[in-house]
Amino acid sequence: MTADAGEIPTGTADDLTAADAAATADVPPELLAHSLRQYLRAWWVQVRTGNSGVLPVVLAMVLVAIVFEIVTPEHAFLRPSNLVYIFGLSTVYMVLAMAETLVLLLGEIDLSVGAVAMMGGVIAFKLVQQPGPDWPWWAAVLAALVGCGIIGALQGTLTARLKIPSFVVTLGGFLLFSGILVVVLGGADGNVDLSSSSANQRVIYNMVQGLLTPVVGWIVLAVVVVAAGAALWLRAGARRRQGLVTPPVGLTAIKIAVVAVVGAAVVAICTINRGSRIISVQGVPWVIPIVLGVLGVWTLVLQRTRFGRYIYAIGGNPEAARRAGVSLAGIRTWSFALCSATAGLGGILLGSFFFGEYSTNTADPGQLVLYSVAAAVIGGVSLFGGRGKAVHGILGGLLIGGIAYGVSLLNLGQLSTPLQYMLPGVVLIGAVLVDVLSRRGSGGVTRV
Amino acid sequence: MTEMNEAPNGTDPSGDGAEPLLRLRGIDKHFGPVQALYGVDLDLYAGQVTGLCGDNGAGKSVLTRCIAGAHQPDHGEIYFGGHQVHIRSTRDASALGIETVYQDLALADNLDIVQNMFLGRERLRRGLLDEDAMEKRAAETLSTLRVTTVRSIRQPVASLSGGQRQAVAVAKAVMWNSKLVLLDEPTAALGVVQTRTVLDLIERLRDRGLAVMVISHNLNDVFEVADRIAVLYLGRMVADGPAAGFDRQSVVEYMTTGASNGRPLEPAGSVS
Repeated sequence: MTADAGEIPTGTADDLTAADAAATADVPPELLAHSLRQYLRAWWVQVRTGNSGVLPVVLAMVLVAIVFEIVTPEHAFLRPSNLVYIFGLSTVYMVLAMAETLVLLLGEIDLSVGAVAMMGGVIAFKLVQQPGPDWPWWAAVLAALVGCGIIGALQGTLTARLKIPSFVVTLGGFLLFSGILVVVLGGADGNVDLSSSSANQRVIYNMVQGLLTPVVGWIVLAVVVVAAGAALWLRAGARRRQGLVTPPVGLTAIKIAVVAVVGAAVVAICTINRGSRIISVQGVPWVIPIVLGVLGVWTLVLQRTRFGRYIYAIGGNPEAARRAGVSLAGIRTWSFALCSATAGLGGILLGSFFFGEYSTNTADPGQLVLYSVAAAVIGGVSLFGGRGKAVHGILGGLLIGGIAYGVSLLNLGQLSTPLQYMLPGVVLIGAVLVDVLSRRGSGGVTRV
Repeated sequence: MTEMNEAPNGTDPSGDGAEPLLRLRGIDKHFGPVQALYGVDLDLYAGQVTGLCGDNGAGKSVLTRCIAGAHQPDHGEIYFGGHQVHIRSTRDASALGIETVYQDLALADNLDIVQNMFLGRERLRRGLLDEDAMEKRAAETLSTLRVTTVRSIRQPVASLSGGQRQAVAVAKAVMWNSKLVLLDEPTAALGVVQTRTVLDLIERLRDRGLAVMVISHNLNDVFEVADRIAVLYLGRMVADGPAAGFDRQSVVEYMTTGASNGRPLEPAGSVS
């Protein structure tokens, strides 16, 4: 028996099955709990010690919903039409936050995501113009992603190989590409539009604005829930049979149930007719399955591939990664490239959200960066590297989208624009505070 | 020493007639004008723990790094398993079965025990990480080393105590069929109970037939586990022999003056 009695008061191997052992502050509760009851108890201990996971962002969403519902004129915030609008707007921030997450996990930051995203959007939109290049939509999207990826690889190379702080490199990139964007658009009042009458251009136009019919929406939901649920359930079962560490059965069931309920709520909201009795508008926007696809890809890459594992390792301890034979410069450069490519997709969605129109007024690249970093950090990605998941970008993006749209609903007159900046800023600082405090609670170290 | 690929013959100081697993002969190493090692000889035996002692700046770390492949000696020969080898990188050392646990352990706090143990050598299945196989293998290794205090093999390393972290770092090193494990100050910064844990672990490595070299300032720990003791003084190997031939006083004298009882540069093996 080699008990480290000095460190763990209850630390004998026999105690592992005891309920108290599951309730320690520093070990994720799902690892030690054998029943749901133990899990909940251990989870509550963690929350009290500052490791609250996604709880703050979920609570903040509820709070934002209630407050805006009360203060908006005619209590309009929670109307289905507004909620669907928020979903659409949020998807842009979600994709940008997932992009930013790839770089934040390394302990770096990319301040150019907003400008690079708009570059990606403008590249794709320019390439499908009909008097013009007239590329097929998929080639244009691919070209935009590759173009943005190259931009990211350049910035990543400067950071990873020349050891210039990413803050400086990407701040420069932000200014540089914000300027280039104006040139590409053809001056300060230039713009590029998609025509919804061209079948080719309509595909990009419809990425956000297009709707699945309600029946298809429900079928997609059923397929997603059944596939994800079966995968989760079967994998947990297989691991349990092999005697590997598995969360309690009840927890797996609850996770699947939460996915099903949230999914059903989203589809139900989107299915309510938000048009008029004559022209009905109902159905799930295309963009929701698209964003779920992005979430699936980045979750798989981060959690189940060597590349993802090395990103976490570098964020946690670069020296350990280097000694393990990981190419730090290679992983960093690829992360910046993939971050920028993902941002490029976000930029295409942004243009699609604004009815296929890109101009210098579509969005402020600086504000986009602020929102995407804020969304990632609010969702639970650590600014200090090594902790966070793609799904955190989804949660944070929804909260930021809700706040941004809620502010614009208010009749504030002159106060409206300043509040658009101030509210997300306050929320960002609050989220960083939670991040810092939870690090302090865990002895000054980050964890996944 | 005319043979090229055979280990030099010589009296075997271990006394049981065994061939040393690692044999260093005449290792010189300098960094610019600074000579760090002068003709160092050292034998490490399988199934034995060798304690490498020396004051700060005596060359312990440089010697360790020469064996681990992090430095290349300027002169001298290294024989491993009876054959001359050139260890040009840590990868070469790993291929021979030499693993090093540095003092800072090099664990990623945010990754769990399994992820740390397989960092850089992950197992894949259909292109994806094979978590199940890695978890099983890590659990086996930890249980053969009787590292039983960790609550879950999936807990992040950040949540482990110092002794547990050291145990994970050692387990990571021995998981790869290693034959020689170099431990740099394994008990520095550990409490009494945790130090005990780590010393027990070192004894278990010896019982498994591994050659172990422990670099330590702490003579209590050295006398506790070491079968042999080697002392470096200003880059020279001033004493090397069975631990029974030393007492605390003589080791301190070798460490601080390079001599004991007025006998400088004790030839290897003659201390009794």
